[in-house]
Amino acid sequence: MKLDTSGLESAAPVWGAPSELVDGFSAAPSFEVPNTTDFDGFQKEAIQMVKPAKGTTTLAFIFKEGVMVAADSRASMGGYISSQSVKKIIEINPYMLGTMAGGAADCQFWHRNLGIKCRLHELANKRRISVTGASKLLANILYSYRGMGLSVGTMIAGWDETGPGLYYVDSEGGRLKGMRFSVGSGSPYAYGVLDNGYRYDMSVEEAAELARRSIYHATFRDGASGGVASVYYVGPNGWKKLTGDDVGELHYKYYPVMPSTVEQEMVEVAGA
Amino acid sequence: MARYDRAITVFSPDGHLFQVEYALEAVRKGNAAVGVRGTDNVVLGVEKKSAAKLQDSRSARKIVSLDDHVALACAGLKADARVLINRARIECQSHRLTVEDPVTVEYITRYIAGLQQKYTQSGGVRPFGLSTLIVGFDPYTGVPSLYQTDPSGTFSAWKANATGRNSNSMREFLEKNYKETSGQETVKLAIRALLEVVESGGKTIEVAVMTKEHGLRQLEEAEIDAIVAEIEAEKVAAEAAKKAPATPKET
Repeated sequence: MKLDTSGLESAAPVWGAPSELVDGFSAAPSFEVPNTTDFDGFQKEAIQMVKPAKGTTTLAFIFKEGVMVAADSRASMGGYISSQSVKKIIEINPYMLGTMAGGAADCQFWHRNLGIKCRLHELANKRRISVTGASKLLANILYSYRGMGLSVGTMIAGWDETGPGLYYVDSEGGRLKGMRFSVGSGSPYAYGVLDNGYRYDMSVEEAAELARRSIYHATFRDGASGGVASVYYVGPNGWKKLTGDDVGELHYKYYPVMPSTVEQEMVEVAGA
Repeated sequence: MARYDRAITVFSPDGHLFQVEYALEAVRKGNAAVGVRGTDNVVLGVEKKSAAKLQDSRSARKIVSLDDHVALACAGLKADARVLINRARIECQSHRLTVEDPVTVEYITRYIAGLQQKYTQSGGVRPFGLSTLIVGFDPYTGVPSLYQTDPSGTFSAWKANATGRNSNSMREFLEKNYKETSGQETVKLAIRALLEVVESGGKTIEVAVMTKEHGLRQLEEAEIDAIVAEIEAEKVAAEAAKKAPATPKET
């Protein structure tokens, strides 16, 4: 019985006209299907094996003055912390940022690829690409690789002609427009603090402090998040890195050590 | 799918692409078309060959819209035009789908010109035998534009241009009489240019106006007749003014 592989066919539009003349653009990626009785089950298992847990905390939100983007910097392989200094906020171009959650290589490569596409769009159309357009380009690419093991959970934040823009894009092909997002294993903790403290009209400093605190609280409870909490601000003139604080130091800043009263001092027992 | 290898459009020893030049000949035999850009609108006008009595004239529209804010008129092989227009319309929607934004006039013109060029450099095909006039408004800045493409695949922006039959006379007229206009004045200028080479009347010309607010609007025959009458009256008045003796200066 012939397996139905239409789901593996790409729906992503190919650049250029769908003409009978072959322009040399390759067909969408696909691979041979293994010969099993239960293909769906096999595919599920395969995806589970490949899917890393997206150990990280990233967040972004739109407020009155622009977009605030923050992330931790820990990379973990299971229980091993492989790095405490990973750059999880990727600079796509001077006015757009992307966050990294999931496979580090996937995020880095595809964000860089997106940067190339944005620049080509600028050159061809003599105007910057919108955040909407950039996020859609990335979402279309990720959708065409759906089911092949890419792991990307990213937010595209930027400032374009229509003002601040924030989109969540993932490797399942989802794309959401929103005002507040947090992605990663630490995101529930970050959401708790972020949703509680969020107001639309905050100043840049207040928003930066909220972002920093949210990341800190996520790193406190989530083992896969830690390192340095970086905070970036995207305004009408592009993005600017505001702070990068070690979360260990942030802990003592928020919860300074208080000398506690000693009830009974220990006394050395004299030798017999 | 069988691919044709043999190129039809090849260079001549003295550097000409004869197929492209012959395509331009086909354009020169096509109906006259004119486009004029105003400050707040753009006007397209085409010569309408008198329709056969039994023909439904509405099915033979020569000015078509590619999207809500872009329209096209062409001169040359109408069958080729249909294919090109369909591809352009698909591209307009595809652009909306991939970047969630309407096309700019320049983008779709570049796309159409690119398509025309592709067919001058591929095996087994001949160039498209038409030149197009593309008008529209930029979706962001609201600035009106007029572009022209030709069978070789070149394109450029114009304040006013003509193509098709007797396009040289029309262009000369426009060069002499062009000035920045808006609203009805732009329509009149376009019709006056067409009337240089076409017999007057609402039956022989088709005119469409594009504005930012209302998109593309085809003018009714009666409207065109009225404007033609106005133009004729102005011409008569101008002739009379020239012939009348100047008032004597001394008492």
